[in-house]
Amino acid sequence: MTEPNSALFTAKEAASDQEVRWCPGCGDYSILKQMQSVIPGLGIKREDIVFISGIGCSSRFPYYMNTYGMHSIHGRAPAVASGLKMVNPNLSVWVITGDGDGLSIGGNHLIHLLRRNVNLNVLLFNNEIYGLTKGQYSPTSEMGKRTKSSPMGSLDHPFNPLALALGADATFVARTIDRDPVHLRGVLETSNLHKGTSFIEIYQNCNVFNDGAFLSYSDKKQKGQHIILLEEGKPLLFDEGNKGIRLNGLKPEIVNLEEGFSANDLWIHDSRDATKAYILSRFFDDNFPRPFGVFYQEDRPCYEEQLIAQINHAKEIQGETDLDDLLRGKRSWTVD
Amino acid sequence: MNTQSLSKVTIHFAGDSGDGIQLAGSQFTNTTALAGNDLSTFPDFPAEIRAPIGTVAGVSGFQINFGSEKIHTPGGRPDVLVAMNAAAFKKNFPNLKSGGIIVLDSAGFDKKNLRLAAYDESSTPIEDIPKEYQVYAVDITKLNREALKDLSLGSRDKDRSRNMFALGFIYFLYSRSLQTTLSFLEAKFKSKPEVLEANLRALNAGYNYGDTIEAISRFKVAPAQMEKGEYRNITGNQATALGLIAAAAKSGLELFYGSYPITPASDILHELAAHKNRGVKTFQAEDEIAAVTSAIGASFGGALAVTGTSGPGMALKTEGIGLAFMLEIPMVIVNVQRGGPSTGLPTKTEQSDLLQALYGRNGEAPIPVIAANSPADCFSSAFEAARIALEHMTPVILLTDGYIANSSEPWKFPQASSLASINPPIVKNDAHYLPYKRDEREVRSWAIPGTPGLEHRLGGLEKELETGNVSYEADNHQAMVKVRDRKVRLIAKDYPVQKLIQGPSSGPLLVLGWGNTLGAIQVAVEHALEQGLAVAQLHLKYINPLPEDLGAILSAYEKILIPELNYGQLVRIIRDQYLVEAEVLDKIKGQPFLAEEILEKIKSLVEND
Repeated sequence: MTEPNSALFTAKEAASDQEVRWCPGCGDYSILKQMQSVIPGLGIKREDIVFISGIGCSSRFPYYMNTYGMHSIHGRAPAVASGLKMVNPNLSVWVITGDGDGLSIGGNHLIHLLRRNVNLNVLLFNNEIYGLTKGQYSPTSEMGKRTKSSPMGSLDHPFNPLALALGADATFVARTIDRDPVHLRGVLETSNLHKGTSFIEIYQNCNVFNDGAFLSYSDKKQKGQHIILLEEGKPLLFDEGNKGIRLNGLKPEIVNLEEGFSANDLWIHDSRDATKAYILSRFFDDNFPRPFGVFYQEDRPCYEEQLIAQINHAKEIQGETDLDDLLRGKRSWTVD
Repeated sequence: MNTQSLSKVTIHFAGDSGDGIQLAGSQFTNTTALAGNDLSTFPDFPAEIRAPIGTVAGVSGFQINFGSEKIHTPGGRPDVLVAMNAAAFKKNFPNLKSGGIIVLDSAGFDKKNLRLAAYDESSTPIEDIPKEYQVYAVDITKLNREALKDLSLGSRDKDRSRNMFALGFIYFLYSRSLQTTLSFLEAKFKSKPEVLEANLRALNAGYNYGDTIEAISRFKVAPAQMEKGEYRNITGNQATALGLIAAAAKSGLELFYGSYPITPASDILHELAAHKNRGVKTFQAEDEIAAVTSAIGASFGGALAVTGTSGPGMALKTEGIGLAFMLEIPMVIVNVQRGGPSTGLPTKTEQSDLLQALYGRNGEAPIPVIAANSPADCFSSAFEAARIALEHMTPVILLTDGYIANSSEPWKFPQASSLASINPPIVKNDAHYLPYKRDEREVRSWAIPGTPGLEHRLGGLEKELETGNVSYEADNHQAMVKVRDRKVRLIAKDYPVQKLIQGPSSGPLLVLGWGNTLGAIQVAVEHALEQGLAVAQLHLKYINPLPEDLGAILSAYEKILIPELNYGQLVRIIRDQYLVEAEVLDKIKGQPFLAEEILEKIKSLVEND
């Protein structure tokens, strides 16, 4: 946690004067609050922070931050943010998107952003439903989900957002949840330190159209059985340390520590290991507990840095052509 | 051997799309430009990179009209046809002027080529050419192989330099120096000495062949009486790119170009990508939507943001353009129009996206529209589009088209110091900053992220007057729609006075044009005036908002004729805005107008009266 006196502005100053208009009880409130409390302590001036969103409930987020911001069009925030970073690379840019915005209408832009590795942060609020259009199934809804647009159950196989991000060669992949403020703040701070595109999936409860979708990961009584908190260099433990995960070759297995296994037998979390990250991302059904934390991180040159390096190189070897020389071109002639 | 002087010549080069016709054409163009002729070119090629070999559908053409007099169009019927095979001959012979010159590779008329060109295999098209034509049936393939026989290249590679043989022969016929093309080849094939040698030899062999066969007449076209100054040759797409670079320099902003490859706009991306040393940032986006929205991000970030495309891409960018309009941020959208609808005719020209540019958005979203009228005019049009965008905080659509984008002409380029500076309303500090507070032109100021104290949020939702906060209030929406419309209409206050290009200031007929029809209309009206018809010519660059003095000009004529490469689009706007009697001359063939087509229409309208 950041010391209050190291902050460049206060959490109150991070909030805009606009009335927040999400439904009472929405998970977005918690995410907004954590962001407003974390962002003053990141060492970034308020004028250098920009929130860019698409369309959907989560995409109203920029209006509530007293920074620069743009509420753009459906699915396109990654492209808007990429253009912004290319011309203004010193900004701290945060893309706010949802499961419909980022994975359905804007899926193409998201995967291309991830492979290019533009230095910005993507917060994907996943509530497994379309909220702003009042409750249709989303690309992360489970199969068979009954909604207004799928009265007999959805036929769509859902996306696994983290496996998708890893498949697109994302350089920072993490998961957190609205109901765990401490964990959420920690992930936001870590993602800010990563140079490149940080992809953070945030499980967010829509209490109106999909209430309780993530209850087993947030409810105090259930979550011990259902979640693993990933910690760098630490064994994968859950159920209050009674159970753990070990790797048998490339096959993960749940083992009981009361049955002769020790922490030494367990999978030690290494966020630099792409293979392990992919296996972890496949903990996506009821057979395994759901991991939370940083799955993967990698150092890879970011896009805008390379773009600027090319420009500097071109200036170095060709010189900055004078505008008159440029207009004249290579072959001109004079009429007297 | 006698040398005849000519004031104007039109040559049409034609061959398979793999025969290097475009290269030969552009080399002849560069040489002709440096020789001081005025000129206009028109490349015309199939959409396929290597269309079926030997067929009429696969023929690639390049036409150049050059002279010692002022040249306004690439010419109508050519004086000279260069045909590398039977298909090229079949496609273009009917257009050739009666008694014209034909240069052909007789090896391209064997049984196989005749069959591919859908001739009867027993037919003899060369022998069948009427006597009045001057025919050079040369076995270019054989002569060229002979000239290259000691080179180790395979015969297929040797044959690839046939275009240089043909070009060399034409250089001989028109008394041109080989120097420009020799230097070009040396630079192009620097790393491939054998290929370089083959091309140099082929060019020389073609030239010398002309010298050897004697008994033919050569031609000379004296330099044109051009306005004094320094010139270069330029295509429309190059000129668009340079206009944008110049506008960035004159506004002190970085240039950002977000684009997705599409015919015939890609050359703008290529040209801009070659100018990284001037700090130009080009971004090949994942799709047309990312191209426009990345430009929106770049504009928000304080750059001169541009996106370029052609018709189908324009359709995809529509929502993004609407957002840019709603945000009131500067942006230029270049539409290099091509034949539509849908995928349409990718390599053919058309002016059929005008109504899309004017109306193709949801909601009340008027956007300034500017049209370039010639290759060189793309420079000033791009510069002007950027000026309006930056000074009036609005997206601006620049319409060019495949014809002027790929054609070239001599350009008397300006001195950088003579270009006006562009002054975007950037705000650096304001204790009471309101993002949508406006000046007397209804223009808001531009606060760029990174500027302390001016943090604000904007978006596609309707905004409250001045504050820009989200507002769903009824009267506010009506007021905002009106103020955004008024802002765009006020742009016309900056326009220069509209001037007739030629003809009387009132009378029975005004020919009104826009975009690439300028040259053809100019020639047609010149001829009409010579023939004693009272016809005037006016050409529009600004299509939205329309010039304030246009109505008065139009009302002085009994009838308005609007030639358009579409089914009638500007004509609807003119009728709608001015309630005048306007008639369209449409052409929807993927080809530019010929002056005689317009002249014929003028005659039918004026002589009937």
